[in-house]
Amino acid sequence: MNKTMLKLKNITFSYGNSIILEDVDASIQEGDFMGIVGPNGSGKSTLLKICLGIIKPQKGSIEIFDTPISRFKDWGKIGYIPQKATAFNQGFPATVEEVVTANLYPVIGLAGRVRKCHKAQVDEALDTVGMKDFKQRLVGRLSGGQQQRVFIAKALVSAPRIIFMDEPTVGIDSKAEESFYELMLKLNKQKNITLVMVTHDIGAIDKRINRILCLSDGKVLEHQCGLDTSCDLYGQAYGSHAVNPIRHNHGRRGGNVGAS
Amino acid sequence: MLELLNYEFMQRAFAAGILVAVISPLIGTFIVLRRLSMIGDTLSHASLAGIAAGMLGNFYPLWGALAFSLAAAIGIERLRKRFSQYAELSISIVLSASIGLAVVLISLAKSFNADLMSYLFGSIIAVTMQDIYLMLALGIVIILSVWLFYKEFFYIAFDEDGAELAGIPVAALNIYFTVLTAMAIVVGMRIVGILMISSLMVVPVAASLQLAKSFRQTMLFSVMIALVSVISGLFTSYYFDLAPGGTIVLTSVAILVLVLIRNLFGRR
Repeated sequence: MNKTMLKLKNITFSYGNSIILEDVDASIQEGDFMGIVGPNGSGKSTLLKICLGIIKPQKGSIEIFDTPISRFKDWGKIGYIPQKATAFNQGFPATVEEVVTANLYPVIGLAGRVRKCHKAQVDEALDTVGMKDFKQRLVGRLSGGQQQRVFIAKALVSAPRIIFMDEPTVGIDSKAEESFYELMLKLNKQKNITLVMVTHDIGAIDKRINRILCLSDGKVLEHQCGLDTSCDLYGQAYGSHAVNPIRHNHGRRGGNVGAS
Repeated sequence: MLELLNYEFMQRAFAAGILVAVISPLIGTFIVLRRLSMIGDTLSHASLAGIAAGMLGNFYPLWGALAFSLAAAIGIERLRKRFSQYAELSISIVLSASIGLAVVLISLAKSFNADLMSYLFGSIIAVTMQDIYLMLALGIVIILSVWLFYKEFFYIAFDEDGAELAGIPVAALNIYFTVLTAMAIVVGMRIVGILMISSLMVVPVAASLQLAKSFRQTMLFSVMIALVSVISGLFTSYYFDLAPGGTIVLTSVAILVLVLIRNLFGRR
């Protein structure tokens, strides 16, 4: 039986009087590729931030690898690719190698030195995403798709068991998006890395994920295994006008509903 | 030409100058890349208030400069939390308070004299051995800190949120970095002067950014540019009897202009 990587129980979060998430239950098993979908304001990104410990819910419990999040220390096992990861200062004079090495912090620790074995880890992560030859290049000089690969390598370098992604395909072209999904599936299947991805792009993930968490107005509409995600579910979450385009684009690019 | 090094005051000036040339860009690289260029000006004006306090209270002015600039550094960090959406506002508030306090203390001490001018514009004859000892102690702390926390400061400069997620104690290191900046101001003020020390933190880095192919190179080139600026600036200052702060900063600006021209023609 697969191990539970993350367990959320009765998560409730609000900003002042406005409830963002209400009694959300979810669990992620080892090897899952889970999509978190839902319209703008449904609480997707908030849920992701709660999973990462960036914000604390008013109610509920979070366990990562069977450890309550407040006691969890092994953040190197958690990777994160933020929304618009490539929206950094493009003039920043950092090489690909320097950027990826930075995320070895959970492995090296405060005031620790970068050693040969760490450099090998950086090479391996860059090799996985096919960017080893670009190691010495300035990251701001690369294309959007290449930069995104560098940020995947940055997330991979600390050997995470689970990677969270917040709309990672925003701002890259369709070719780069296709190779992004190929790479993600490779990591999921070959390296058994669990993936959790917040997205609006239901058409693109529908055939690739094995678990879906559909949020609407802060509540879980559906949390299930398998790929049989029905139109009714999306219709309920996004409104019926959005269902046809989703069905139309099923299994290929372009089912981008209500993207922000 | 090198006979000027026979003078003890010039030996002290060069020792202090080389220290400043190494330290200012080390701190300046992070300041520029975090878009906090005004922080140097703010802390140097706070240190001016400290100098005036020293003159008024009749104690060693550099202690006053260090205490006031450290207090201002902590003030900036405290205010930054209050005005989290307007980070630059905290710098402007502390700058205003520092200038106001400096002017009041200077007028109270009736100390608008040659001694104060040497702090404002830098001086090659005013550097004492006591200054050198303090500068050396602060300089060692700064160099060691940058060496120890290089990767943490780099990550914070590149992506503060990512650094926080990776587990870096960002808030504590930000305060520590501002304290290091305050120390670097005190190290530089004797030679380059309060009015121009922040320029030496920024201009060599600006020139280096045009040439460097990595973060490490940016730091290395900016130190080299600052060294050339300080050494040639001190020679010019000695031979033409000019305030060293001005000659040093103008040399670094000249290097920046040359680099920009080179890049302009290089791209054609």
